[in-house]
Amino acid sequence: MYRLEPRKEISYLLLYLTPVFAIVLTILAGLVLFTLIGKPPLQAISIIFFEPLGDLYAVSEMLVKATPLILIAIGLSFGFRAGVWNIGAEGQFVAGAIAGGSVALGLYEVEGFWVLPLMCLAGILGGMAWAAIPAFLRTRFNANEILVSLMLTYVAILILSLLVHGPLMDPDGMNFPESRIFHDAAVVPILIEGTRAHVGFLAALVAVAAAWFVLSRHIFGFQTKVMGSSPRAARFGGFIENKIIWKCLMLSGGLAGLAGLIETAGPVGQLVPSLPVGYGFTAIIVVFLGRLNPVGILLAGFVMALTYIGGETAQIELNLPKAVTGVFQGMFLFFLLGIDVFTKYRLRHIKPSKTVAGE
Amino acid sequence: MDLTILILQGIIVAATPLVFAAIGELVVERAGVLNLGIEGMMILGAIAGFAVTYDTGSFLAGVIAAAFAGAIAALLFGVLTQVLMANQVATGLALTIFGLGIAALWGQAYSGASTDALDAIHIYLLSDIPIIGPLLFSHDPLVYLSIILVVGVSWFLNKTRAGLILRAVGDNHDAAHAIGYSVVGVRMMALIFGGMCAGIGGAYLSLVQTPLWVENMTAGRGWIALAIVVFAAWRPGWALLGAYLFGGVTVIQLHIQGFGVDIDAQLLSMLPYIVTIVVLVVISRDKIRAKLNAPACLGKPFFGSS
Amino acid sequence: MIEHTLLHISGITKRFPGVLANDRVGFSIAPGEIHALVGENGAGKSTLVKIIYGVMHPDAGEMHFGGAPYAPARPSEARAHGVGMVFQHFSLFESLSVAENVALGMNKEAVGENLDQQIIEVSESYGLPLDPTRLIGSLSVGERQRVEIVRCLLQNPRLLIMDEPTSVLTPQEVEILFKTLRQLSSEGCSILYISHKLDEIRVLCDRATVLRGGKVVGECDPTRETARSIAEMMIGGALELPEPQKPDLGEERLTVTGLSKESDDPFGVNLDKISFAVRAGEILGVAGVAGNGQVELMEVLIGEVLSDNDTIKIDGMAVGHTNPTQRRERGMCSVPEERLGHGAVPDMSLWENTILSARSHKGMENNGILDLGVAQGFGREIVDEFDVKAAGIASVASSLSGGNLQKFIVGREILQTPTILIILQPTWGVDAAAAADIHRSLQDLAKGGAAILVISQDLDELMLISTNFAVISEGKLSDPLPTGSISIEEIGLLMGGVHSSAGKEVA
Repeated sequence: MYRLEPRKEISYLLLYLTPVFAIVLTILAGLVLFTLIGKPPLQAISIIFFEPLGDLYAVSEMLVKATPLILIAIGLSFGFRAGVWNIGAEGQFVAGAIAGGSVALGLYEVEGFWVLPLMCLAGILGGMAWAAIPAFLRTRFNANEILVSLMLTYVAILILSLLVHGPLMDPDGMNFPESRIFHDAAVVPILIEGTRAHVGFLAALVAVAAAWFVLSRHIFGFQTKVMGSSPRAARFGGFIENKIIWKCLMLSGGLAGLAGLIETAGPVGQLVPSLPVGYGFTAIIVVFLGRLNPVGILLAGFVMALTYIGGETAQIELNLPKAVTGVFQGMFLFFLLGIDVFTKYRLRHIKPSKTVAGE
Repeated sequence: MDLTILILQGIIVAATPLVFAAIGELVVERAGVLNLGIEGMMILGAIAGFAVTYDTGSFLAGVIAAAFAGAIAALLFGVLTQVLMANQVATGLALTIFGLGIAALWGQAYSGASTDALDAIHIYLLSDIPIIGPLLFSHDPLVYLSIILVVGVSWFLNKTRAGLILRAVGDNHDAAHAIGYSVVGVRMMALIFGGMCAGIGGAYLSLVQTPLWVENMTAGRGWIALAIVVFAAWRPGWALLGAYLFGGVTVIQLHIQGFGVDIDAQLLSMLPYIVTIVVLVVISRDKIRAKLNAPACLGKPFFGSS
Repeated sequence: MIEHTLLHISGITKRFPGVLANDRVGFSIAPGEIHALVGENGAGKSTLVKIIYGVMHPDAGEMHFGGAPYAPARPSEARAHGVGMVFQHFSLFESLSVAENVALGMNKEAVGENLDQQIIEVSESYGLPLDPTRLIGSLSVGERQRVEIVRCLLQNPRLLIMDEPTSVLTPQEVEILFKTLRQLSSEGCSILYISHKLDEIRVLCDRATVLRGGKVVGECDPTRETARSIAEMMIGGALELPEPQKPDLGEERLTVTGLSKESDDPFGVNLDKISFAVRAGEILGVAGVAGNGQVELMEVLIGEVLSDNDTIKIDGMAVGHTNPTQRRERGMCSVPEERLGHGAVPDMSLWENTILSARSHKGMENNGILDLGVAQGFGREIVDEFDVKAAGIASVASSLSGGNLQKFIVGREILQTPTILIILQPTWGVDAAAAADIHRSLQDLAKGGAAILVISQDLDELMLISTNFAVISEGKLSDPLPTGSISIEEIGLLMGGVHSSAGKEVA
């Protein structure tokens, strides 16, 4: 028989290889799945995973999708290290979009280099404010942040819908539930001419670099690691749990809010009820696939962006539902979590016991 | 009067899926496992139940399929978290995302289709009693099953040796292992039970509440079920009460506009979510009591050396 | 020969990754015999009894019970044979009642109709009264042990295994336990008694098997040996003890007055008007049965839990509202009882673990930016000075043996040359030579003018190193007295909650 046995030291080689194995296993499982539902398996996999890599347009679209994923995931990774489970990044994304978008609409047709930075600030603050609710309720009333942040996601989406049906509705929009289209000073500039790739991606890169520094060289990174691994040791080290919870939620809320604003003022260009497309949830997978590591998150953000674009293409070419993206994302995470065990444990063959069986 | 009865019946219909999901999760958590994938198991149950009923015309087959789908999903969760020791929070989330995706994929062929709603069982004579009759004795069989389930779980946990062992595993898995109980075995059984319950709860949505298939039709009910378990302080009777409370909020929200109150639909739709948050805060406020009620090993990984 | 043997084991071998826990172990126990299994921590005693009880399975070797081959696949099989076990770390469930706990530890068929009545009868006939309806969480550690014992007795055992039973008992409770065990033995029940307390073994046991490094290194009649001769068999060498000290005491460094604190934990202990002072050069020893407020006291003293500001003073400065980092900056260091997960982060390297408590003293942190080189250098210094056996400073804390990790943590705190050191269970799980080293470095630190508070369950250790001595019981602390001015009997009474002066008035 086989048995799991703890390793003396974590296998770093396996730690970095598991995401690769997970991707391979997901592709294999995808082949089986497509065969089962009667779609051409090889073609489907190729459409989802490989074709988008081939042309500039698809690559630029990957940048567009990867930007919010990376921004949100970087923020979440600190909390996930510390055991602060902010599951409501989607809501903070929407809150940031509402706050920043309101600034843009309030300054409609006002020109000035400061309009966009002000919107970004409002977006960050909006996301932070939304994340402050679970932070306050957790630290003051001990309420579970998973459930609170998640419930607030539904609330934020309903508020967005309320606003674009009312106060923020485009006065010339023939009663469509949409805001005005943002004016030029309130739009994120394009990075690659002729595509939708925008400079927001640079913000994501800055976030990755900053997170790498904080994690390896700053006391806050150390604090989150200690608190996630053993809360009592964190107390022994003089780290105050409530402060860490607040910092983690503010950081993830702020970055999710920024991502929301960038998405609104970038590819979308206005506030619409269909703004939230699940980036806040997919970012959770990005965090795990990236091993809670900033560089890993950067790569994982691209892989997940790929599944979005592949999913969209598959929808058009193979008449698959959009949800196929979710299936692949879920499988990714399953395989990753499942083989993760081997970084900490090894499989050992156990010889059957030589003792005499009982009477 | 008729409207009141209609609303009360509506509450029962709204609450029943929550009763199923919450009672299943309650057993799982009493065994010390936190399965955040209820939403995923419910939606799988919803599509499995709908698809099989639609194809075979048999409600019973649909409900069994739903329970089976939930159980399979829970088994997947169990293998990952109990055998491969994966993080329970992450695995639960993965199950939710995966479940929503698979259900949408499977449901593509059924979108827009509908079945007849499950017939109510009118209990002979009793259902003819005015007011009480329609309220208590004229429901579909799943409503009765949900009540029986709550009573059964309560009896199981408090009166049987197996229930005692389950509670012991949730209280101190190391001690349970030392005495010689199979921690992983007990937890697997609890998870499968929880998965079946969540699956049936999901099927109730697609077979009774709105007898048709809509993507994402669970709309966060799996998460509300989790909140109900906390609200109930892990006691079955209170979980029933909690589910009816949330069912009540949902239904009254639908009827408020009917009473001529002028409130935006979105604000009303927020009500169940906000009520969930408020209830969570009220219940969790007392840290010591919260600690006393919660199973001590909830969500903690177990590695049994032998 | 077989007829006079209840349990006979031979050639038992059990291997764990990196360790040979049991290496061809063999011995036998006669009916009614009280047989001691002695050895240092890590000698393989616990593994061996877990094999006998069916929790673990041997890689090789065989066992016979009552003349027949015996290989329990699980504890319920062992119980069906009449083998009962009282664990060192109790296998009890805090949120369940006494009766439920007893039922869980018995095989299904053995649970009778009227369990509550049975519990009351058996517990009283052996002098261990228990209320079957109480929750375990509300019981003292001594009472919890009774639950374990009564659970075994209800199944009419032929062999009762007891793993380090007295470490959680007061001297008076030990007496009661020994009476119970002798009564059992006279009724024909064999007892396998695991301990490293040699005086107890000499009083109680008929025969002893000595283990070292997983091997049987000797068998003896403990009544004919001295504690020293058994100890040397256990250690495999001569024993060196630190010299007793009579230092000059200086100023009060740590002053605690009227400290009360309700525990956050529903089953925790509330601290009740604790007052004491530790002077420069003094080692104040605090004895007590586990679970009487030791951990709670430490948490409040080091700032993990806050108290009224004036109740705790460092060098005259009120610090009750300050956090652990601020108290460290005032010169207070500490070693908690739990190493993994409290004193050290299990999955972090040794050098990263120095950042946990030494970052301000050793200048590892500057405006939040960490200087990793300093942390690595300090890690190396600890490993060298305290002879920590590890693959290197990059080894994760959980990969070290308990004793080596303890040396690392003690070293980390002592090398910061604290003016106040609070240390719990300084030598738990450490071998005798390393224990002597730790004792010596504590005495050196005190000689240098530090005030040290040692909280330990090991009375011998406290008698050996402390200048003054107090006892904690149910969250109350007795008045400190000079070590040597107080007898073991008096200490026992204090440990049982009978307070000399201050305690009585508040009780």
